[in-house]
Amino acid sequence: MTLGLPILSTLIWLPIIGGLLVLFLGRDRDNFAKWFSLAIAVLTFLLSLPLWTQFDTTTAAMQFVEKTPWIPTFNIQYYLGVDGLSMPLILLTTFTQVLVVLSAWTVIKERVEQYMGAFLIMQGVMIGVFAALDAILFYVFWEALLIPMFVVIGKWGGPRRVYATLKFFLYTFLGSVFMLVAFLYMHYQSGSFSILDFQNMPIAMTAQIFIFLAFLVAFAVKIPMFPVHTWLPDAHVEAPTAGSVVLAAIMLKMGGYGFVRFSLPITPDASMTLDWLVIILSLIAILYIGLVALVQNDMKKLVAYSSISHMGFVTLGMFLVYDIVQNTGSTQGAMIGLEGAMIQMVSHGFISGAMFLAIGVLYDRMHTREISAYGGVVNKMPWFGFFAVLFAMANAGLPGTSGFVGEFMVIIASFKANIWYGFVAASTLIIGAAYTLWMVKRVFFGPVANDNVAVLEDLNKREMMIMWTLAIAIVVLGVYPAPLIDVMHSSVAQLLVQATTSKL
Amino acid sequence: MNFIIPSFAPAIPEMVLLALTSLILVADTFWSKRYQFATYYAAQLSLVFVGYLIISSFTTSTVITFDGSFVRDSFADILKLFIVLTTIGIFVFSREYLLQFKFFAGEFFSLGLFGVLGMFVMVSANNLITMYLGLEIMSLSLYAMIAMRKDSAHAVESAMKYFVLGALATGMLLYGFSMIYGATGSITFTEMAKIIEAGNADKVVLSFGLVFIVIGLAFKLGAVPFHMWMPDVYQGAPSAVTLYLATAPKIAGFAMMYRILIDGLPGLVHDWQGLLIMISILSMVVGAFVAIVQDNLKRMLAYSGIGHVGFILLGFIAANPEGYSSAMFYVIIYAITGVAGFGMIVALAKTGNEFDKISDFVGLNQRNPWMALMMLFIMFSMAGVPPFVGFYAKLLVIEEVVNAGFTWLAVVAVITAVISAFYYLKVVKAMYFDNNEDKSKVDTISSELNWAVSLVAIALLVMGILPSSLISLCYSSLA
Repeated sequence: MTLGLPILSTLIWLPIIGGLLVLFLGRDRDNFAKWFSLAIAVLTFLLSLPLWTQFDTTTAAMQFVEKTPWIPTFNIQYYLGVDGLSMPLILLTTFTQVLVVLSAWTVIKERVEQYMGAFLIMQGVMIGVFAALDAILFYVFWEALLIPMFVVIGKWGGPRRVYATLKFFLYTFLGSVFMLVAFLYMHYQSGSFSILDFQNMPIAMTAQIFIFLAFLVAFAVKIPMFPVHTWLPDAHVEAPTAGSVVLAAIMLKMGGYGFVRFSLPITPDASMTLDWLVIILSLIAILYIGLVALVQNDMKKLVAYSSISHMGFVTLGMFLVYDIVQNTGSTQGAMIGLEGAMIQMVSHGFISGAMFLAIGVLYDRMHTREISAYGGVVNKMPWFGFFAVLFAMANAGLPGTSGFVGEFMVIIASFKANIWYGFVAASTLIIGAAYTLWMVKRVFFGPVANDNVAVLEDLNKREMMIMWTLAIAIVVLGVYPAPLIDVMHSSVAQLLVQATTSKL
Repeated sequence: MNFIIPSFAPAIPEMVLLALTSLILVADTFWSKRYQFATYYAAQLSLVFVGYLIISSFTTSTVITFDGSFVRDSFADILKLFIVLTTIGIFVFSREYLLQFKFFAGEFFSLGLFGVLGMFVMVSANNLITMYLGLEIMSLSLYAMIAMRKDSAHAVESAMKYFVLGALATGMLLYGFSMIYGATGSITFTEMAKIIEAGNADKVVLSFGLVFIVIGLAFKLGAVPFHMWMPDVYQGAPSAVTLYLATAPKIAGFAMMYRILIDGLPGLVHDWQGLLIMISILSMVVGAFVAIVQDNLKRMLAYSGIGHVGFILLGFIAANPEGYSSAMFYVIIYAITGVAGFGMIVALAKTGNEFDKISDFVGLNQRNPWMALMMLFIMFSMAGVPPFVGFYAKLLVIEEVVNAGFTWLAVVAVITAVISAFYYLKVVKAMYFDNNEDKSKVDTISSELNWAVSLVAIALLVMGILPSSLISLCYSSLA
């Protein structure tokens, strides 16, 4: 199907090499840079489809595996493969990339080739993060992502971009070096860098606690969790639209992915002992950050805080496992929580991407993100209003949209764990609706606020296409999530076994 | 008493180098008027030839000759090869720089060659006297090279400073040597090791001598608290000399440390390990913090170099062959990255502007996007961010420290790595995010240097994607 090419390597290296070509050949040739990038993005997306169609949903084993020695001295392998946890995220990445390229079409005017090249390279690297099964390979991709992101935010971002990008880089760098030390320690114990070997090796309790904490720091910064979330609003507000989309839709997922790939299966006992920590932080994120979102004046900042709050559901769903198993004696409810968390990740990828693209549409026309600068936009941009309200509803978790499915599953699971967890988690349905709808009301409805709004033009064809694609994805996933759940089911079941089996 | 003619074969590269250098030194006085670059080309050819000699006689066994004073093994061969390689690069950069600043002279290259000879001797020394000899050959060449730019007060001051402090360090080293000799009655490293292991040496005298030796080594490598000379000398010396000073001699310094501590004093491992832990932590911390406030790039790179020395010492602290191999890998990468970093400064130096301030790099992405990208490669490699090769250097030493059971030390190291990332990012920020009023194009001195910088910087990326051959080379040499 894929011309005999190793599919995962192709997905990683095609965008990276394409990005380098754009970087070197595209100087002062903006049209070439755009069309070439679009071609690469579309091609990568098409090539990633076989991952879905040829995926074997009956097994939790790694599929599409590639394995060759890379640094034999340390038994470091070029080891790639996907299972039900990573495959949807790879597809999410390739899908989002097409929209990212399209969204920058007319907006970016300075150094187009550097912008497009950076995003293509990022795409390949992010796919590498999700596909890597060797810890060092994973780390290399994980860190390499920082470089293009650093440049993108710092160069094309808003007024405080330099502060934001330095903060972003240093926070994430600090988080990940501890993870590296943990990897090295486990290599020292097991003689292997394979993530699957890490998952099978026994680890003593003290070591597990330290490893768990190292992972927690690395992933919590990336997700981001309270109290290390402060880089995100800064980075988001200052990043260009596509930067925000990539940050929210994919990079945040890397943290969540880290928990299911590393924390739960590698340190199950420590996860069980310290699950309260993650749960409390998640609940704070859901409740407190939700309230913080309510008072924002800047639309992007509002969506950024809402992202943190939504990612709280992801971590909550993952770490409820232990309480549920303890309370109910069965893994049934835990399964719902984990699957809910995974669906929430994918769904949030679509929704936050859609929200940021929608804000980008407004920003391109008015060059402000202040909510107070708008009002009555729907009168001038009916189509846009339609999409924006749809996305906002999805963000608030309206049934029938993808936002509902994940949140609902996690809330059900949390009631099984502890009624108060469920109570706090469910409060998001109110708070989330409040901050999203209030923003929609102030921006879109009411009379036309000022002369600037009065001259707004509705979506053009390119924007229309982007919006339709996302709207369809959000609704389809909301109405019929079964295919996604099927893909994940075997892997989540295996994860649950790993997470609840002691490794002492 | 029989006089046995020693085997000269292992030292052929050194002897050839000495002969060629002396020849060039003499010839230069006749050439310099009529053929300006003859010395330069002759020096480069000699280096290539010596490199060829080393490769063609590359051996995996250990050969000791000259009554135990000279050793040739694959460790020495690999380090010598990289010394040759970096020096070839240094000479390429220097020629253009010397012309640009109008103090081109053949002596620069003959002195450089003598320096290489000194480093060779240090790398292959198997007793204290030979080591001292090599060190002095190298140091004297460096003093003279720094002072070569006679019209620059900074350069002369740097040379004086380096000379005085260098002499002090050598004094310490010699004092330590004499005590070790006093305690063991031997100057040969392998002999010393045996005597100490057998317990036939006075422990107090040994420890006393060890402290002085470690101080001397720390001075030479530029480790805290004996690092004061480094920033001043790096900044004051002409950029081409800084380039030389900051790269190849570090490889030799590493070899000196290895020969003395590992070959000679392995019995005192528990004594020097503790000393090195302190020095290493101090170096990493000082390197990370003090570099942040520098606005001169050469000075910043000097402090960053101090931090790197701290990382190299981590490999020694692990106190096993894998650890030394990781330090060896680190020092080689450090030298190559140094050639790239200081080479960038040299390449962009225009008449009247040394291009060594961070403010010079502001807006470089607009003024020369290609060079800005290369500088980005170099900075991220120094910061240890994958996929650049600097990452693997840090990875290996930290790995070995963890394997040796010093996980806490690894944590300290990675934290300083994060802090030091800040000042490398500062340079990237200046190039990419800040606007320069002056939008005129910045060119390299010549297109040759453009190629040279690009080659080294891209090598950092390529080695980062495919690091395995160099890693296995280092690990097999000390296995």
